[in-house]
Amino acid sequence: MILIVNMNNNPLALYEFVLPVASIVKRHDEYDIKHYSEIRPGRLGMYSKIILSGTTLKEDKYLGDIKKFEWIKEFDKPVLGICAGMQVISLVFGSKLSKCKEIGMVDIRTVKDNPLFSSSFESYTLHNYAIDPSDKLDVLAKSANCVEAVKVKDKNAYGVLFHPEVRNKEIIERFCSGKPE
Amino acid sequence: MKLAVLFSGGKDSTYALAKAMEKEKVVCLITVVSKNKESYMFHTPNVHLTEMQAEAIGLPLITRITEGKKEEELADLEAAIREAKGRFAVGGVVTGAIASVYQSQRVQVICDRLGLWCFNPLWQKDEVELLNELVDNKFEVIISGVFAYPLDRKWLGRKLDKNMIKELVSMHERYEIHPSGEGGEIETLVLDAPIFKKSIHIKKSGSVYEKNAGVFNITDAELVEK
Repeated sequence: MILIVNMNNNPLALYEFVLPVASIVKRHDEYDIKHYSEIRPGRLGMYSKIILSGTTLKEDKYLGDIKKFEWIKEFDKPVLGICAGMQVISLVFGSKLSKCKEIGMVDIRTVKDNPLFSSSFESYTLHNYAIDPSDKLDVLAKSANCVEAVKVKDKNAYGVLFHPEVRNKEIIERFCSGKPE
Repeated sequence: MKLAVLFSGGKDSTYALAKAMEKEKVVCLITVVSKNKESYMFHTPNVHLTEMQAEAIGLPLITRITEGKKEEELADLEAAIREAKGRFAVGGVVTGAIASVYQSQRVQVICDRLGLWCFNPLWQKDEVELLNELVDNKFEVIISGVFAYPLDRKWLGRKLDKNMIKELVSMHERYEIHPSGEGGEIETLVLDAPIFKKSIHIKKSGSVYEKNAGVFNITDAELVEK
């Protein structure tokens, strides 16, 4: 069972940022959807993997709720954060936010080998913020403007700032089917 | 949050409107009528009927005419959204975009510039699933335009039903036509839906078809009680 964490506080955003991820996940496993405010760390053991969704461009309430994501430090199975999800993983591990607006297709360049993607590719982006990574993160990919993907060192926690559910579904497929190390 | 919905009168924008009405308060519709039949952004056949559809739904409509030149039509769209923000104090905009990054990106940029939320409730939705949901939820949808082989004159004016979905799926497998017309192969018009207080009755229509493209033109229609 894979948990998809909804990072949005507007109910209409579920269709756009959570259900497209769920439609990919369901090809591999059963899934559960929970809003981040509903997460009870003691009950996460039933999930094999966790995906944190992206959000609408205007959504930023999660940035004031970072303490609600401390469970990511303790969860010892794979985690993938998409856009807002990557920002949250990065902040939990000591990174800082930086202003970087990208809307639309962007060229992404892989800078460190990883099991989710390789070489250069185009992907859909929709964000106001990127991150300045702390020394607890490895940078996996960049665009001309910002860091586009990270991995927490010594942990199966990945973040992608772009939206793989739009044009790079295989990245979510690999996360669901594989065992990222 | 008060929302405006970009509305062409076709199945996608009408279904997006229905989804938005379930979750938020929709206060107006916006239609951009493009004089360019090849418009990158805007659906064209029978777009004049959006006024009647808006009345059937019970929402005010903001209409803008655009020459349909690639970037000018975006300026016209932005002006229409700005008008919705000024007249109805909308905080966000909803579109029926499913897969077009081109459309989605441009509306996102306009909303960002105007400080508005942008929602795409059909984003990345499976096209066949969408068609089935429309039929299951009693949306009366007709084909108002066909623009790819082997869709021919017989399709014009046909009502979307389960048999048609089977045919479209089979055409997708054989000819790679997008089942719900996401590639511009099909245009549709909604005559009735659960969000309509009255339905549209076609009184007079005619089809024009040549060289693998055709349009079902409705020249007279009326609203009828349901």
